[in-house]
Amino acid sequence: MSTITPETHIDSGHNDDPSSNYLTSSSGFMSWAFTLDHKRIGVMYLVGIFASFFLGGVLALLLRLHLMVPNGLFGDWISLDNYNQLFTLHGAVMTFLFIIPSVPAALGNFVLPLMVGAKDVAFPRMNLASFHLWVFGAIFFLIALVTTGLDTGWTFYTPYSIETQTNVIAATIGAFILGFSSIFTGLNFIVTVNTMRPPGMTWFKMPLFMWAIYATAIIQILATPVLGITLLLLMGERILGIGIFDPSMGGDPVLFQHFFWFYSHPAVYIMILPAMGIISELMSVYSRKPIFGYTFIAYSSIAIALLGFLVWGHHMFVSGQSPMAAVIFSGLTFSVSIPSAIKVFNWTATMYKGNINLATPMCYALSFIFLFTIGGLTGLFLGALATDVHLHDTYFVVAHFHYVMMGGTVIAFVGGLYHWWPKMFGVMYNEFFGRLFCAVVFFGFNLTFLPQFVMGSRGMPRRYATYVEEYQIYHVLSTIGALMLGVGMVGAVVVLVVSLFKGRKAPANPWGAATLEWTCTSPPPYYNFEHAPHVDSPYDYSGLKYDAQIGGYVKDPNAPKPAADHH
Amino acid sequence: MLSILADTMFFPPERSTVAGSVDGLFDFIYYLSLFFFVLIIGFMVYFVLKYYQRPGHTEMPSPSHNETLEITWSVIPSILVGVIFFFGFTGYLNVREAPENAYEIQVVASKWNWVFKYPNGAESSDLHIPVDRDVKFLLQSQDVLHSFYIPAFRIKMDCVPGRYTSTWARATQTTGSGLDESAHEPLRLFCAEYCGQQHSVMHRKVFVHETAEFDQWAEKAANILENNPPEVAGEILFKRKGCAQCHSVTGDNSAKYPGPPLNEQWGKERQVLPRGSSSPITVTMDENYVRQSIRQPNSEIVVGRKPGMTVFTPQLLKDEEITAIIAYLKSIK
Ligand code: HEM
Ligand SMILES: [Cu+2]
Repeated sequence: MSTITPETHIDSGHNDDPSSNYLTSSSGFMSWAFTLDHKRIGVMYLVGIFASFFLGGVLALLLRLHLMVPNGLFGDWISLDNYNQLFTLHGAVMTFLFIIPSVPAALGNFVLPLMVGAKDVAFPRMNLASFHLWVFGAIFFLIALVTTGLDTGWTFYTPYSIETQTNVIAATIGAFILGFSSIFTGLNFIVTVNTMRPPGMTWFKMPLFMWAIYATAIIQILATPVLGITLLLLMGERILGIGIFDPSMGGDPVLFQHFFWFYSHPAVYIMILPAMGIISELMSVYSRKPIFGYTFIAYSSIAIALLGFLVWGHHMFVSGQSPMAAVIFSGLTFSVSIPSAIKVFNWTATMYKGNINLATPMCYALSFIFLFTIGGLTGLFLGALATDVHLHDTYFVVAHFHYVMMGGTVIAFVGGLYHWWPKMFGVMYNEFFGRLFCAVVFFGFNLTFLPQFVMGSRGMPRRYATYVEEYQIYHVLSTIGALMLGVGMVGAVVVLVVSLFKGRKAPANPWGAATLEWTCTSPPPYYNFEHAPHVDSPYDYSGLKYDAQIGGYVKDPNAPKPAADHH
Repeated sequence: MLSILADTMFFPPERSTVAGSVDGLFDFIYYLSLFFFVLIIGFMVYFVLKYYQRPGHTEMPSPSHNETLEITWSVIPSILVGVIFFFGFTGYLNVREAPENAYEIQVVASKWNWVFKYPNGAESSDLHIPVDRDVKFLLQSQDVLHSFYIPAFRIKMDCVPGRYTSTWARATQTTGSGLDESAHEPLRLFCAEYCGQQHSVMHRKVFVHETAEFDQWAEKAANILENNPPEVAGEILFKRKGCAQCHSVTGDNSAKYPGPPLNEQWGKERQVLPRGSSSPITVTMDENYVRQSIRQPNSEIVVGRKPGMTVFTPQLLKDEEITAIIAYLKSIK
């Protein structure tokens, strides 16, 4: 049975004071480090993820400053070797430590059980183990960082990764462990969604964030084992010389790429699907309109997850794979672009005739649509074979994936964080500064990455520590943008942190959202809900009235029962 | 095509027969994307301006889905991406399959050097090709992955150790005239697949010659040892075989160069560690020491340096060539 009784909690020494919540119910390091409460685990993930994002961000700024001048701004202080380690660690930290766990493990953990009106996830111990594994994985990354670094690129391509003197083993062990962490999270969510939905919440009454997390979880459990095997083989290759990837022993280096992208392409959807889920929530809540085309958005998440398994070969159009394979992969790639495009249309249509509240989360959602559309459209240039040959491994690709991963996922993550922040910590942040830094991030981001499309299509290859002078102007613009972006991101975080100390107390439902997590107090009590919540349509706002006295929305008992129907 | 803006902003010069069609496709996708982008963002901005929350404004009823609309906006993009896919793949087959009777150049990539080998036995470290002729590049790598990339030709292909790959191009314009390289404005050739420390300096020049001039060049290049005094031949080989990549000849001892500087060293003594030993011995920089350092570079490592130099087998560097390099090393002050 998957019901969670309070007795199963290790930290059941919480107090029963009705005014206490999950933050105050018990205290001390142990009550956090060994908690089984999904909310605390979500918060710990949040802290860990922010630390990783900060590390990855500092590395990014160093990279960008270095690239201000063709031979490196810092002279010998950042050598060719150092640069190679910097971009590798930046990529690896951002991918494995930050972005893959960001939305599912931090926000998903906090929000999902509340959305289903449950007391916890299906397997709280496994959830805790997932976090502990994340910490262990992160430690191995840090070991690689402080020993000899890592200079293979986050892709670990063989045979270079077999030869290099840097600490590939520590990093692969780290990534291997992080893989388990990711699998645990995914498994937990699948079971939670399947078995713990309250009566009345049919699949098509689930909030779209849950659909997105569910689709993500499918990828996490199906794709991640392949990464694990690939990394084990790589370790075997380095330590024992088994000769499966090493051409000098008759192995095939391209095989590694197939294995690697078989995981890592779906991993891109692990990064973006949950972000799309957040956007579906935000567009609806802040437009006060039911999401347009609910069924399509729900199915398209699953479609993207499954089709995402068939397109890995588009990373290898110039690797020497057969032209036939390239053509097939290109065709499949375009098939995934359609559901994503339609989602964008749906989000935009949701605003039609709405009552659009330009609160900070909505500003991020609008930024997301702008940036993700650019990210998606530039993917067309890379999916088309003839243009990809020219653009592959240039800055065009760097710009494209930053538009998708940072412009898409990170922006959605920050938007989601602002949205759920009052629920998580029971405080309201300052709207003025929230929006201000959102704007700084938006302009900084575009200034950083738009010039990279231009320099990439003009031929500037990626992973270059030095470059020929004709590209300097674009690099200078990009670096100025990155500094601005850095200021914006730090500002966005400071606004949230300041709110913890100075913020006005948050009502249960400050935004007038109709999903279940907004029916408990902010922050939620230890058991999430005092009474089993009543399931309504997640996007029906008609029964919610603004109450100026509490600064939030309450259920209007006199509201006419709406025809809550998506079909 | 409507490429006035795109020409100046996005592309390096078009210098091969396929470049035009690649840029045409690029432009097509670009304008299409621009159209959809403006459409989506236009609607978004319009909705925000029209429906933002203000006193007295509330949401109005509207359908939460609309079959006609949804089918239209699924079908139209599907057709469009179908078209893009089609032109993408026909253009691609074009660069993958070299025409029959193409002039074939072997390209050997290694950390961090390119060697171009011509049918007449000539070798060069910058690429020289004839104009208006199909040239096939047969690519190989001696160590890790590299990628052969000439932006002006819009071609790129990985060099994979243990197998051959190929690509081709037909240049449409010379880069200048005469055998004097300074009379040319060469194109760029980059390594586009990350290959370790000096990946970013693994770029070379591409010279496109008039046919007769190319033949002349190839003739001369085939006979370095015969056509030049030994020191000069040695200098050419020193650069061409990749020595200059790791050894400075200006006394630069910084981390930019993994190997020790080689100027003013002739006859001097140095401390080296024989392989497997921890106590250094003293050797003199003479003919035998240089020869051994080339053939078995890791047998004795200069104190303070790390092993890492490529082993130059007789296929890579002939004995006569080593002799010429020795003459060159003697000559540099
Ligand atoms: C302040 C924001 C950021 C800046 C200025 C930045 C900058 C850079 C730079 C300069 C590179 C090296 C490009 C190359 O030479 O190929 C790079 C690579 C990369 N970045 Fe970022 N980045 C930022 C944020 C992010 C985020 C948020 C993510 C993911 C969540 C990310 C993921 C990556 C990845 C995966 C690579 C590739 C690393 C590799 O080639 O192995 N970056 N970034
Ligand atoms: Cu290379």
